Amino acid sequence: MKIIQSIGMTLFLGALVLFTSSTFLSKVEFTKNSVKETVNENVYKSIGSELSDALQGTFSNPIKISGLVSDIYNKKNQKYKEAKEWDKVMYVGSGQLTYQLIKKNTVGWFVTSQGLLLFLTFGLGVIGALMYIIPQVVTLGPAGIKNNHVYQNPSTNRGWIAWLVFVYLVGFYVLLYFNPQFLVSQIQIVEPIKEFISGGESSQWFLYGVLYCTVMTVMGIRMIIKYRHNNYQIVRTLSVIFFQLIFAFLLVEILPLFNMPAVDLKNAWPLDYDFLFDWNVKQLFEYGNVGKFVFFWGILLSVIIVPTLVYFYGKRWYCSWVCGCGGLAETLGDPYRQHSDKSIKAWKFERYIIHGVLVFAIVMTAWTGYHTYNVLNASDSENVKASLLGISVFDIRSWYGFLIGSIFSGVIGTGFYPIFGNRVWCRFGCPLAAYMGLVQRFKSRFRITTNGAQCISCGNCSTYCEQGIDVRAYAQKGQNIVRSSCVGCGVCAAVCPRGVLKLENGPEEGRINDDPIMIGNEGVKLNYTAIKAK
Amino acid sequence: MSAGSNDHIVIIGNGISGVTLARFVRKNSDCKITIISSETEYFFSRTALMYIYMGHMRLKDTQPYENDFWEKNKIDLKFDHVTDINFENKQLNFETSSSMKYDSLVLAVGSKPNKFGWPGQDLPGVQGLYSYKDLELLEENTKNGINRSVIIGGGLIGIELAEMLHTRNYPVTFLVREGAFWGGVLPEPQAKMIERHMTTDYHIDLQLNTELAEIHAGSNGRVSKITTKSGEKIDCQLVGLTAGVSPNIDFLKNTSLKTDKGILVNEYLETSIKDVYAIGDCAEFKEHPTGRRNLEQVWYTGKMMGETLAYTLTGAKTAYKPGNWFNSAKFFDIEYQTYGWVFAKPQENESVFYWEHPTKYLSLYFVFNTKTHEFKGINTFGIRLRHELFDRWLTDKMSIEYVLEHLKDANFDPELYSQYEKQIVQQFNSENNTSIKPKKKSWKRIFNLSQK
Ligand SMILES: Cc1cc2nc3c(=O)[nH]c(=O)nc-3n(C[C@H](O)[C@H](O)[C@H](O)COP(=O)(O)OP(=O)(O)OC[C@H]3O[C@@H](n4cnc5c(N)ncnc54)[C@H](O)[C@@H]3O)c2cc1C
Ligand code: SF4
Ligand code: SF4
Repeated sequence: MKIIQSIGMTLFLGALVLFTSSTFLSKVEFTKNSVKETVNENVYKSIGSELSDALQGTFSNPIKISGLVSDIYNKKNQKYKEAKEWDKVMYVGSGQLTYQLIKKNTVGWFVTSQGLLLFLTFGLGVIGALMYIIPQVVTLGPAGIKNNHVYQNPSTNRGWIAWLVFVYLVGFYVLLYFNPQFLVSQIQIVEPIKEFISGGESSQWFLYGVLYCTVMTVMGIRMIIKYRHNNYQIVRTLSVIFFQLIFAFLLVEILPLFNMPAVDLKNAWPLDYDFLFDWNVKQLFEYGNVGKFVFFWGILLSVIIVPTLVYFYGKRWYCSWVCGCGGLAETLGDPYRQHSDKSIKAWKFERYIIHGVLVFAIVMTAWTGYHTYNVLNASDSENVKASLLGISVFDIRSWYGFLIGSIFSGVIGTGFYPIFGNRVWCRFGCPLAAYMGLVQRFKSRFRITTNGAQCISCGNCSTYCEQGIDVRAYAQKGQNIVRSSCVGCGVCAAVCPRGVLKLENGPEEGRINDDPIMIGNEGVKLNYTAIKAK
Repeated sequence: MSAGSNDHIVIIGNGISGVTLARFVRKNSDCKITIISSETEYFFSRTALMYIYMGHMRLKDTQPYENDFWEKNKIDLKFDHVTDINFENKQLNFETSSSMKYDSLVLAVGSKPNKFGWPGQDLPGVQGLYSYKDLELLEENTKNGINRSVIIGGGLIGIELAEMLHTRNYPVTFLVREGAFWGGVLPEPQAKMIERHMTTDYHIDLQLNTELAEIHAGSNGRVSKITTKSGEKIDCQLVGLTAGVSPNIDFLKNTSLKTDKGILVNEYLETSIKDVYAIGDCAEFKEHPTGRRNLEQVWYTGKMMGETLAYTLTGAKTAYKPGNWFNSAKFFDIEYQTYGWVFAKPQENESVFYWEHPTKYLSLYFVFNTKTHEFKGINTFGIRLRHELFDRWLTDKMSIEYVLEHLKDANFDPELYSQYEKQIVQQFNSENNTSIKPKKKSWKRIFNLSQK
């Protein structure tokens, strides 16, 4: 078993190294006409000849290409700006320009052997990971809670492995969101998958989708093995994998083939923050009735379906059964759930910041909605009003996208898994979670019931609550846990060694029991009036 | 006797009983409160010691309150050891040669592991498992790895120690004096299930009907082997003494305070000396207020005594009256809960209904009155049951038939788990010629109870 696991780990690491270093393995060859054939006319007019001069011959280092391009691009733009020749300023961005130049002009085995590369990276990576994970059925011992050595292992106790993973993940997200020109090789590796599913060109978002699905599936298998004695965990993990593979990934790829808009039908506003952006709405309406249906489905989902289901089942139906962010947190993030901060301070901070984001999302949506309405009803498309109360719609939109959409949900949300735990985004940042949390706290049948006086205050529940809820604080008092942030992952109930906690949906009445008398303390019960008279 | 706001309540022991007392006193009074301990600076959960060694948690995760909780609630903590008490002058003397006055003194000093005078019981490498210091010692004793350990005493702490050592891959020999694991408490079929689990799934070398005779030192002065009463020799580098615990009251012997096994108290938790009280593991009832055992060394009784005494100390004199017995534990992967009284062997007039899953580690052991069919108690393995409901059924003296009919109400397993009420009731029906049908789970029934 140990040997299989070691081979698996070696294969996985090898695949990871190859995947990562592929940035420097491809060859980019520029011929005389390369630049002309790649960039658009405007750009060509401005810097075409400079680019053609600079980019001659073969490169294998995209950093070098990027440096050359951005130099030329920025200098020229600077010149235009100084000369106040606004109509000539280029907006494509030097990163995007580099991306196009590299993507179009890569030659050699990276283009001809994509299938092989796909196998060597994704294929061997998955095989290696599974060779490491599946033997855990035996090596972890009989089914049951096995958190052995979590705080003794450098990958799960914020040791050096955790920090390496942290740097890797953060680096990846920074490149993904802000410098995709350095991921062109990786994007090309998954090109065959794109061709197979829907044809067309792969992009960094397609790469991200493939990675997301792969990681979630592999780590989902790990999750299922770890909790194989617990049906709630098994079914829930299968569910998040299903929704990721089918709704978030495949349908988005396939719908356009049937002349339908490429949307993730389970993605609800305000998590789906660009729902009311003009381009999104316009695009939907271009699809006619199908598009309109999708538009109204989005509204129905957020306004009716989400709160109704939260009323009946708690927000877990979304956060722990359907959502992609939650899905990644519950699979890739499972080894890190103990790192959430349980302090009262963190709870305070959480309430300010997550509700702050919700307000920001609502304001941003109001602004974009206003703008979209103007766009749709404009007689003169040149002169659409794009600001409200003096605040530009485009500014607020791009700030939201940058701060919340990229930095918070991506770089911090996932990159920080190994250090701050797996639900940083879901706990502190997700506006949909905030919205559902309000419903769950004030109008829902969901609660975690505490089993009388059986709690021994051991702390397992609080330690492994990924949302940083101090579950024990309630359980040891015999109080039910009714918290807006609980995503109903069920892990507190799973790790409790005394069978104290049960997630359940029941009548609203008596759901919250603020000051229960400890079961069995009959003396106190008998003397209750005297005690309370004090 | 009620504490005025100028009074000083001093509590020796920062375990669950002392801390519960302090919290509830603070809810009702502004008096000065000091908690003294020489174990750890802050209260931690002793029941979680095993999880620290196994790497599930750090010490800090086992502490139920944040460190600034005490200051916020104006509860003074003193990290020192009380060497003796001058009851006449109401004064405590500390190891650091300082002293402290009290108006009311609460002794919540807990337990210590039993040692029965075995030769070699104090050798390096021989230890009990009770305090945080014991845990540190265990780390020290196992830091260079060991080839085999021997655990003496088949109870709850013994099996926890076995699981702890197993996670570090140290082979364990488990010596149990009785003919079955925890044989004084568990009914035979359930004891057998645990024996099966620990020997086949965890390869614990379980030796029943075996008693320790002597512990021997090797050339390095540390433990190197043990001999049993039947003369068997077992080489080992660690011996765990887990044959029960007893009140930690050596420093109170030879004082005017009346003690037996523990500190003797009445139903108001008052000791033989005025303004001195005892709660938790160390308190022994002269006569138990509700006829339970005079010494009950479990978590929740300490908690209940602490709360009860807090009302007395703040002006609402309250007697300690524990209700129906309950408890829980975990044996490797098998969760155990019990409600009401279940003895290893049925008492007079008691009948038993036992159900066991053919392959899984699930079993229920019901005890009821042979004549009246009144339900007396249940042991459950692997199926979680609702405490509130069983407490109510016991108080209301429901029949075994009623309990079985409403068993679905009491199921507390996580959602989507397989449920076995049907099979259980079927077996009862066929053994007893009855025709009980399990009722569907009803929130109304469950909830009326908790609404009380
Ligand atoms: C490993 C283990 C697992 C357990 N698991 C369970 C379980 O699952 N369920 C259950 O019900 N029970 C369990 N128990 C028993 C339970 O922990 C005890 O019943 C409970 O902790 C007793 O609490 P207490 O407040 O009476 O005393 P303690 O928690 O023992 O606290 C007494 C404190 O007083 C301090 N002290 C004593 N004398 C002095 C002095 N002279 N000066 C200064 N300080 C002093 C001690 O150092 C200690 O810190 C377990 C016990 C152990 C050891
Ligand atoms: S309270 Fe329990 S179910 Fe809720 S998020 Fe925390 S661990 Fe998950
Ligand atoms: S895990 Fe269970 S026993 Fe431990 S503190 Fe939480 S609810 Fe209590």
